[in-house]
Amino acid sequence: MDRLLLKGGRVVDPVEKKIWTADVLIDGGRIAALGPDLEPAGAAVMDVRGKLVCPGFIDMHVHLREPGYEAKETIETGSRAAARGGFTAVVCMPNTDPVADNKAVIAYIKARAEQLGLVRVYPVGAITRGSRGEELTEMAALKEAGAVALSDDGRPVSSASVMRRAMLYARMVGLPIISHCEDTSLSAGGVMHEGYMSTILGLPGIPAAAEEVMVAREIILAEHTGCRVHIAHVSTAGSVRLIREAKSRGVPVTAEATPHHLTLTHRAVAGYDTSTKVNPPLRSEEDVQALREALADGTIDVIATDHAPHTPEEKEVEYQLAPFGVVGLETAVGLVWTELVGTGILSPVEAVCKLSLNPARILGLPGGVIRVGGEADITVIDPHAEEVVDPSAFASKGRNTPFAGRRLRGLPVATIVRGRVVFSRGLAVVA
Amino acid sequence: MKWKRKDLLGLQDLSAEEIALVLDTAASMKEILSRPIKKVPALRGRVVANVFYEPSTRTRVSFELAAKYLSAESVSITASASSVVKGESLKDTALTLAAMGADVVVLRHPLAGAPHLVARTVRCAVINAGDGFHEHPTQALLDLFTVREKKGTLAGLTVAIIGDILHSRVARSNIWGFTKMGARVRLCGPATMMPPGIEVTGARVCATVEEALEGADVVMALRIQKERQQEGLFPSLREYTGLFGLTRERLALARPDALVMHPGPMNRGVEISAAVADGPRAVITEQVTNGVAVRMALLYLLAGGGAVDG
Repeated sequence: MDRLLLKGGRVVDPVEKKIWTADVLIDGGRIAALGPDLEPAGAAVMDVRGKLVCPGFIDMHVHLREPGYEAKETIETGSRAAARGGFTAVVCMPNTDPVADNKAVIAYIKARAEQLGLVRVYPVGAITRGSRGEELTEMAALKEAGAVALSDDGRPVSSASVMRRAMLYARMVGLPIISHCEDTSLSAGGVMHEGYMSTILGLPGIPAAAEEVMVAREIILAEHTGCRVHIAHVSTAGSVRLIREAKSRGVPVTAEATPHHLTLTHRAVAGYDTSTKVNPPLRSEEDVQALREALADGTIDVIATDHAPHTPEEKEVEYQLAPFGVVGLETAVGLVWTELVGTGILSPVEAVCKLSLNPARILGLPGGVIRVGGEADITVIDPHAEEVVDPSAFASKGRNTPFAGRRLRGLPVATIVRGRVVFSRGLAVVA
Repeated sequence: MKWKRKDLLGLQDLSAEEIALVLDTAASMKEILSRPIKKVPALRGRVVANVFYEPSTRTRVSFELAAKYLSAESVSITASASSVVKGESLKDTALTLAAMGADVVVLRHPLAGAPHLVARTVRCAVINAGDGFHEHPTQALLDLFTVREKKGTLAGLTVAIIGDILHSRVARSNIWGFTKMGARVRLCGPATMMPPGIEVTGARVCATVEEALEGADVVMALRIQKERQQEGLFPSLREYTGLFGLTRERLALARPDALVMHPGPMNRGVEISAAVADGPRAVITEQVTNGVAVRMALLYLLAGGGAVDG
């Protein structure tokens, strides 16, 4: 399918902040024409009337687990999950085994993704060797191999001195740093948000301060070094205040929030369901409210999933023994449309900014907007389509979702990468 | 009313009527304990499995005796002696016990929520005999039973719980139990060991031990564990005793007929002075006797036994 015409859809333009009715002609993996009433001229036609035609969604925080943890997920199953969830590209974290702290692992991930030909996969390189928080990685080499950012994600750099040097060096190399903000001396032993629910359930808590102390440190270091810093999965009202204030002073900081932190509170942990165990933890009602406000006012730039698959064996244990993490690729768009667009917190254009344009800009990736001559990465949304979340239908190996059984309205119905339809449901294509 | 629950996981879930039913049933059981031959055939042929992943003497022996007095078969498994050391998961241990025909699994576990995992896994009844810092419902029920027996009622009483609330499953279960039965609960302890948001349970946090004790009908001292000092939660036992130790002088602030309780094992001279522990208001050994009666009541209700006198 070299030529494809998307006919009659509502095209979302996050740069011009508008939605207009237009056809999109794709030819050879690029956008060939964009405008009303285009002629097929031999192209296959996909009828997308009543659908939103969006620049391809980019999930800038996923764990694909390969190499090293293929029982949890592989680049293939993770890519299929991304396609099914409406993402044309994913940015994968380096906490594999071996850690993505060298060119070989970065090159392997890229090669495997290209071989699969599903979604685009952009690897993140480690900040320190083995993510041990001591020696810097060869950041220039990682960039050359294809790394789009640097992070030690779940093993946050505890030494402020190491992080300061990492920022100086990353700035020189021209890569942003993504920081999972957690002071592990404050979070040690904790398994859920510290608050009245941890008190009732008798589970060790992770105080909001464990995140906020580190957010403050990263902002201060970003300001002094000039390094672009992206705060991963913001979860507390205090972090939001710090980021908002830093942005107002022009500190080069951006931020993301996950669908689960935007829609669930620590109350979900009642019953000790380990699919609610995630780091940072599900926070209080006030925190969720603050995150939603921050999303609406632009303090939070990006919605990313922190897709973290685990095997059922790992999760079917005592709450404190279960690993942290929830899967998110196949529920994110539906949750955003149901809980954030459907409730008026975000307009459809703003949602597309958070899911496509902003992550593309922060990481310097192609896409983010549909333009003639640009890459034909497109996500089609049916704002009226509904489904009940059924983990057994996931393409991901991970079933660890806290959203099983939840009704979603507004779903991805086609995912097009480099002009190729890698996922579609209920859409007819006429050759 | 009739008992309808499959499991007893915590007092948070129970209604006042359900708690009253357990206490009333325990009163009948206590009468059996006063007989020269303390045995009824109510649970003949039923099997109770006591699964203890944490060392415990009084709770385990109490459940074992309760089962024996009701003529149930009981087996006790401790973590070190079982296949747990071979790496068997809690889920598989539970399935194995259920497959062997256990009617009731009594579970003591160091991690909160472990009984919930077992209860979801097996069809037989599960009794939480203490899970992490979450709940210890049978201890609270025996405390409620003891107080009700002494005071005639629970409604309107003021209960002061002093000590390490953060790490106390006994405190949590007692807060739910006493509050549901119409008593007021006051808490006092080091700020580093007072869990955040505990007020949502209905308990009130007092700034000083004097404020907590003033006019109290029941005073409960909790065990302070030495390891908490190494964790940096309090500076020394000397300072702890100075600020929170239950002494005769402090007890004088409570009502003259106040009861003194302790879930055991006690650190004499630390959280409670010997004079108070051995004094006329202490009901600490009666708590132990009542523990057997309460556990008999629970086994009886959960295993669906026949007539008590059979």
